[in-house]
Amino acid sequence: MDVLVYIEHLNGKIADVSFELLGKGRELADALGGKLDAVVLGGACRDLAAQLGKADRVVCVGGLGEFNPSAYKNALADVMANRAPRVTLIPYTSMGMELASSVSAAMDLALVSFVNNVAVEDGQIIATASVFGGKMFAEVECDGAVILAALAGSFSADAGKGAGAPQVEELQAAADGAGIAFKQMIQPEAADVDITKQEILVSVGRGIQSADNLELVEELANALGGAVSSSRPIVDNGWLPKARQVGKSGVTVKPKLYLAVGISGAPEHIEGMKDAGTIIAINTDPHAPIFDVADYGITADLFDVVPALTERIKAGSA
Amino acid sequence: MNIIVCLRQVPDLVEELEVNDDGTDLNRDFLKYVVNEFDDWALEQALLLKEAHGGTVTVLALDQPEVDNSLFTALAKGADAAKKIEGDSANGVSSHTAAKLLANAIQAMPHDLILTGVQSAEDLDGQVSALLATYLGVPHVGVVTGVEISGNTATVKKELAGGVMAEFEVTLPAVFGIQAAKQAPRYAPVSKVRAMMKEKQIASESVSDGNEANGLKVRRMFKPASGQHAEMIEGDTDAIVERVMVILKERGILK
Repeated sequence: MDVLVYIEHLNGKIADVSFELLGKGRELADALGGKLDAVVLGGACRDLAAQLGKADRVVCVGGLGEFNPSAYKNALADVMANRAPRVTLIPYTSMGMELASSVSAAMDLALVSFVNNVAVEDGQIIATASVFGGKMFAEVECDGAVILAALAGSFSADAGKGAGAPQVEELQAAADGAGIAFKQMIQPEAADVDITKQEILVSVGRGIQSADNLELVEELANALGGAVSSSRPIVDNGWLPKARQVGKSGVTVKPKLYLAVGISGAPEHIEGMKDAGTIIAINTDPHAPIFDVADYGITADLFDVVPALTERIKAGSA
Repeated sequence: MNIIVCLRQVPDLVEELEVNDDGTDLNRDFLKYVVNEFDDWALEQALLLKEAHGGTVTVLALDQPEVDNSLFTALAKGADAAKKIEGDSANGVSSHTAAKLLANAIQAMPHDLILTGVQSAEDLDGQVSALLATYLGVPHVGVVTGVEISGNTATVKKELAGGVMAEFEVTLPAVFGIQAAKQAPRYAPVSKVRAMMKEKQIASESVSDGNEANGLKVRRMFKPASGQHAEMIEGDTDAIVERVMVILKERGILK
């Protein structure tokens, strides 16, 4: 019973989450007594394949340009039809999530999304998924072939890195990008502030309620000598520029201090900040998932605590 | 241009969630349901396109708890028609089943563009937008933050990580999984929603059962070991602030 891992790459670099899945895939393949295959669509595959030592075999599919949902789905489905893996691991990322669902429907294969753990128990595959915004975990029994779309940060990337000499097979994509043409990559606007370089971040979420209240958080950030960042909804509302967004579709940050203000802690946000040095979270909901990763938690009202903390810092040490 | 927006009802995540007696799903008895937030962004994108290009916006949903409210709200925001698909959806519907039912309904409706949210809280078995597109046999792009139309072609921006976006040209009809739009979802005053309830009808239909056995069985659902990993800081505002100051100094963040 073989395992197939989808290797996501951009601009010649393999995404860390792909190494996470490779490491986990190795463990599963060994437990199932099968082979570990890695599939790379497009890209300078031979170069990328050299980094996939943990795999037994690498399938390179050429004749594909940049990510194209139709073309990549068709190419991946062809490889899967050919290899018939028991488990296909795909990262739950912008590219991976739609590939996983499209291929699931096209091939009538079961799919579990938001996966953060996988185990083999008595020959049965159990996938754990983080659902309902991270408030619940579901243990799913996967009988038969299954696609698992896994959250970045679930497994060790180091476990997937390492030397090896996998067999490399090169294929050409059969079908084209039916109905979709890639036009260009658009880089983000030059950021006024690079939040990945900040030692102190005061990060704001929906709890701030309105753009006018952002002032409170900015003053605290200034008092601390840090910068303001945010969760996705703040950026989607246009209250802060995209460059300030922490999380799956923003950036990953590792500051010395991450002060989460009014952020609930959905998995996509946690992914971007869980490795910060010290995490202090303020949220009136005692069950907010942010408290699962925070070092310190405060359930008092941010509108009381934030200004009071700013004043205290400005007043200097006692 | 005929735009269809698919709405899905999901448990309100702001509320306390409990597991049912079986331990295999949420206890859905007293749950409050709301429209999936990303579907609301999809509706906003549809209304913006209608304002720019004309055409009609039809909202489509499975008959789930409190869906009428969501459909009438959509009409109040400017949708032209609302339709719901009858069936036994009270206990949550898998994404695969939802997508199959929606595809069956959409096949019988004029459709140039189908918009729905990028993901939802009920997505244990994947995302409706991509499943739906595949069942319909049309192109799909997900995580879309901008849609422009010119004739039979849509130009969309797909968000990747770190603020980078990929731009695609897509031949219609197509399905897009919407993450955000140029402006936040508009408001519909309660009075307008009530007016819609008096003036408009929600069309209703049954479609052939699309129950997709998805080969998955939830053996256990549980609240994550409230890894209440966090040390909670108690007390009044002053006490909290003092404790934070101590922590910041101990950790070398403040001198």
